[in-house]
Order: sequence, then structure tokens, then C-alpha cells
Amino acid sequence: MITLQKIHKSYVTGQNSLHVLKGIDLEIKAGEMISVMGASGSGKSTLLNILGILDNYDSGEYSLDGIPIRKLSERKAAAMRNKLLGFVFQSFNLISFKNAMENVALPLYYQKVSRKKRNIIAMGYLERLGLKDWAHHLPNELSGGQKQRVAIARALITNPKVILADEPTGALDSVTSLEMMDLLQEINRTGITMLIVTHEHDIAERTQKTIRITDGMITEIINN
Amino acid sequence: MFEIDKWQEIYSTVRKNKLRTFLTGFSVAWGIFMLIILLGSGKGLENGVAEQFRGGATNGVWITSGITSMKYKGLKVGREIKFNNEDYNALNVSVKGHDHISARLFLGNNLVSYKNEYGSFFLSPCHPDYGYIKEIELIEGRFLNYIDIRDYRKVAAIGEKVKTALFKKGDTTALGKYITINGVLFKVIGIFRDFSRNDNELKRIYIPISTAQRVFNGDNVIQQISFTTGSATPDEANRMVDNSKSLLSRRHTFDVNDQRAIEVWNKSEDVRRFSALFAGIRMFIWIIGIGTIIAGVVGVSNIMMIVVKERTKEIGVRKAIGATPVSIVGLVLQEAIVITSFAGYIGLVLGVGLLELISKKMPASDFFQNPEADFSLAVGATILLIVAGAVAGFVPAMKAAKVRPVEALRDE
Repeated sequence: MITLQKIHKSYVTGQNSLHVLKGIDLEIKAGEMISVMGASGSGKSTLLNILGILDNYDSGEYSLDGIPIRKLSERKAAAMRNKLLGFVFQSFNLISFKNAMENVALPLYYQKVSRKKRNIIAMGYLERLGLKDWAHHLPNELSGGQKQRVAIARALITNPKVILADEPTGALDSVTSLEMMDLLQEINRTGITMLIVTHEHDIAERTQKTIRITDGMITEIINN
Repeated sequence: MFEIDKWQEIYSTVRKNKLRTFLTGFSVAWGIFMLIILLGSGKGLENGVAEQFRGGATNGVWITSGITSMKYKGLKVGREIKFNNEDYNALNVSVKGHDHISARLFLGNNLVSYKNEYGSFFLSPCHPDYGYIKEIELIEGRFLNYIDIRDYRKVAAIGEKVKTALFKKGDTTALGKYITINGVLFKVIGIFRDFSRNDNELKRIYIPISTAQRVFNGDNVIQQISFTTGSATPDEANRMVDNSKSLLSRRHTFDVNDQRAIEVWNKSEDVRRFSALFAGIRMFIWIIGIGTIIAGVVGVSNIMMIVVKERTKEIGVRKAIGATPVSIVGLVLQEAIVITSFAGYIGLVLGVGLLELISKKMPASDFFQNPEADFSLAVGATILLIVAGAVAGFVPAMKAAKVRPVEALRDE
């Protein structure tokens, strides 16, 4: 599903160049559930951004679902993200003035699905995640766990091949975190490839494989 | 582009920042308001001046005899030039291109009576064509005709005010009645209205010039010859005026450059000069108005810049879940256009409202009346607003499109 070969990435700020990724090789098969661990500044978020086509890389090769991802136009990148990828963020990143249903339906808006149709689909996903009664609430009326469920529903609605989660439990308490991992595992079992960036061991342990990144390089791959 | 989602988003951002949106909108509304007021006032000024030109064909030329002020061919200064019927005939034949021509006599105010009602009215003998030259509108009856001239008929076309002054209750119509002008009976054949606002024009009595010469003058003298230049271009009209001048100067032996021997009023010249002046004034007003609007646009642009900054994260999220740069540009642009158009429209309505109020409540003066904003102006202003909104939103929209989702999503 995901193939990375010798990925390098540097950030240039003024005269300084920061070499963040120093040749990442990685192969993730369809349906795998992988966690990425590493200290802050190790380059794990940068890796996630490159995988999510949110950022460019300097050299190497990246292919997603058999499609080489290199120097895509903004429009193409947006279409790829919309079709193939789902994102779950630490801070949920829901749009504050849209209710839960509208937030979930938003990716379909960019697929030009009619309002009525996408709201029906969104309601279906909310029901699956047990949030049917909260569909018309604004994000600030929801608890952290509920917000993250809405975010997950939003990531699922386009039927993505891969879900990329950046510290999905980072803002949640331990009980909710465990519930969230159950949910992600359940989703993974439907065949969706999943990559979770985390710094919590008990979260990483719930995945099939843990990749440890240190100083821009993969230093350890643990089969859990 | 205009889907309910975007409207909802615009509504929600506007609602969240009421004061900010109000202040922004205010600057645009003020700009449009000022533009409308300025243009309306300019129009009022123009209307006022245009009114001064009413009551006569805009292509009319009036030539009045005067007193020489230049020596010519051994003749002294101060000779009185007297036109006569021959001059009228000569001009009629040799000035090509005119469509109406009339001679006139000025007989001043005369005592006019009907039964026991008396009044003093201006007697203006002329040819039938003067009705066209003066653009007289008949309310009843007819104007003079050439049979009246040929047969020296004692007939009169009287102004509206003459009628109301002489014909009191009981006399339902003045037509066919005989009025006494300076002791001579004249039959009323028509009642007319004149478009100039000048009351004096409505206190006139037109009678056939031939009759007047026979009855009051005993001579073939005339004092004024006027004609309209038909469909002549300004240059052709000027040539007709020059031809008339040289013809009259030959016939009466005066210097063709003598401004006092004959007085020539070429109305089309005046009309042209004034329309050029008002075109200039209008342009000036547009420049000021657009300057004011630009200030408003800069304000909107500024606010939209802040909006984009505040919504960076949201834009990042949208991009992450598949928003194309075009859709982001559309979002920001539409909001800017909506704010400017809406605020501008309020300014437009207030401006037009104030103009209406002024034209209703303010007494018309000679040089200012009926300030108005016409339909084409409103359409122009609307287009200007939408363009202004687009301009205001352009830079912020481009900035929004360049937001990189990575930076937007970075957790602080």
C-alpha cells in the first residue's frame, strides 16, 4: 500500500538547513496497522506529513496504492488526499461553526456530492460511531472523545485506503484513549490500512508493528 | 460557487465578528453613499442648467438686429441696423440646410382685454415656424399658419397664463373668442404651453407678423430672424451661421466681425459647451467617488487578510481533507464580495433615499433641481461594488490558497 525508498527531507530556514529525514525506507502492506514512535523532533510528524501528501520530500521515492507521489500539483494532491487518505489529528481539527454531521460530510462536499446525499451518508457514519443523537451539536458541545469520533467519522466517509492518525489519543484521558484504540482497531479490521503516530507505549502496543524513529532514521521495527 | 454551505460559512464568520464586519462594511457603504450623493448632485446641477435651455429647439439660431460698434466702409459707429422682410426672404433662400425659419417683431407689453378682464401681455408677432423653433406645445386649437400670414388675419395664439387671466369662470373655452389687443380685435385660435420655467413665456401672445406689421407698425421692419439648423452637424451649423452673418453684413453694410451690429445666439454651441462642462464634472465626481471606494476596498482587504490569518488552521484542515486551492480562493473571494456588495447596497439605498428627499423637499433653484441617480448609475455602481469586492478579496484569497496544510495543522 505504502512504499518509501530513501526519503530525505530538510527544512531550510534562512542559512540553516535542518536535515529531518535521513533516508527512510518503509513498506506498509494493505490492511496493516502500524504505529510510529519517536521523541519530539525525531521526524515522525514530518514523515506523517509526507505520507499524507501534506508536505514535499527532497529525494527518494514514495508510492501510495501503486501511484508514485512526486511533485503533484496542488489540485491533484488535494484529490489524492480526498480519495485515498483519511486524517485524524490530536486536536481534532473540527470546524467550529459546523455541527457534527456537517463536519463529517465536508470531505464529500469536495467530491461535489449533493448536500442532501452527503448528510445522509454522514448520519450513517455517526450512527455507526454511536453519535447519532449528537449529529446536530457544534464541536464545542461535545466531549473530547466525541470530538475524536466525529473526526474519525470524517476520515472514514470517503472510504479511504489509508488512515493517518497524528497522536489521536494525545488530548484524551486514558479510558477514552483505550476506547479510541478499540475503535481504530475495529476500523482496521474492515481492511483499512492504518498508521498512528504516538509517543504512548500502551497505544503503540495495540498495533501490529511499531516503527521507532530516532534522529530522522528508522532505528527499530518491533512486531507487537 | 453559490452553494448554501458557503453562505452558511459567510453568515457564521460575519456573526462571530459583528463589530468588525460592521466597521468594514461601513467604509464601503460610506464610499458608495458619497459617490451616489456626488453624482446625484452633479445631475441636479446639470438638470438645473438644462432647464435654463428649455423652451426652444437645441439647434436654434437667433439673429437680432442691433447697433454697429465698428466703422465700416466709411460709415460711422452707432448706426441702427434694421432688418426687413427682404432679409427674411433672402436668408430663407440662401441659407441652405435650415428646416424652420421665422422673423419676429418685439412689440413689448400691450394692453389686452376680454369682456371686463384686462391684462398687459407681451406681443410677439412671428411666422408659423416659430412654433417649432420655440418648441411650443399647444393645449388647444392651432398655432399660426401661412394662410394667416398671407391674408393678414387677425388671429392670436395665447399663452396658458393669458387665458387664465382673461377668461374667468363661465367662459369654458377661449377658442374662437375675440380679444382686444391695443384696441384691435383678434380671434383666439390656440392656447399654448411653453416648457421654459419662465412665467413670461406663458404670458405671450403670438400673432401673424404680416398682420402686426400692417396693424401696429405700418412698415416691413422685423427685429429678429431665427431658424433651426435641421440635422446639420455642429460644423455645418456654424457654417450656416457664418453664411447668415455675411449675407446680412452685405445687405446692411456692416463689418461681419461687428458683434453689436447683429447679435447671434447659436444655442447648439451653448448646449455643446455645457455638455462638455458637465461631462468634465461627472468625470471629476467619478474620480473622487472611486477614490473613496478604494479606501473602503483597502479596509475590506485588510479585514479579509485578518480573517484568513485567523482561519489558517481551518483552511489547513479543509486542504487536508481535499479542498483544492480554487475552492479556498472561492470561499474568501465570495465572502469579500458579499460584504462589499451588501454594505455597498445599503450605501446605495441610503444615497438614493437622501437624493429623493432632497429633490422632494428642497425648493428648486435656477441652477439646481431634481438631483437623481438613474438606473444606469445604479447598475454601474453595482458592477463597481462587485469588482471592488473581488479586488478586496483577491490578495487575501491568494494568501489563503497558499496556506500549507502542514503549517496550519501544527499543534502549538
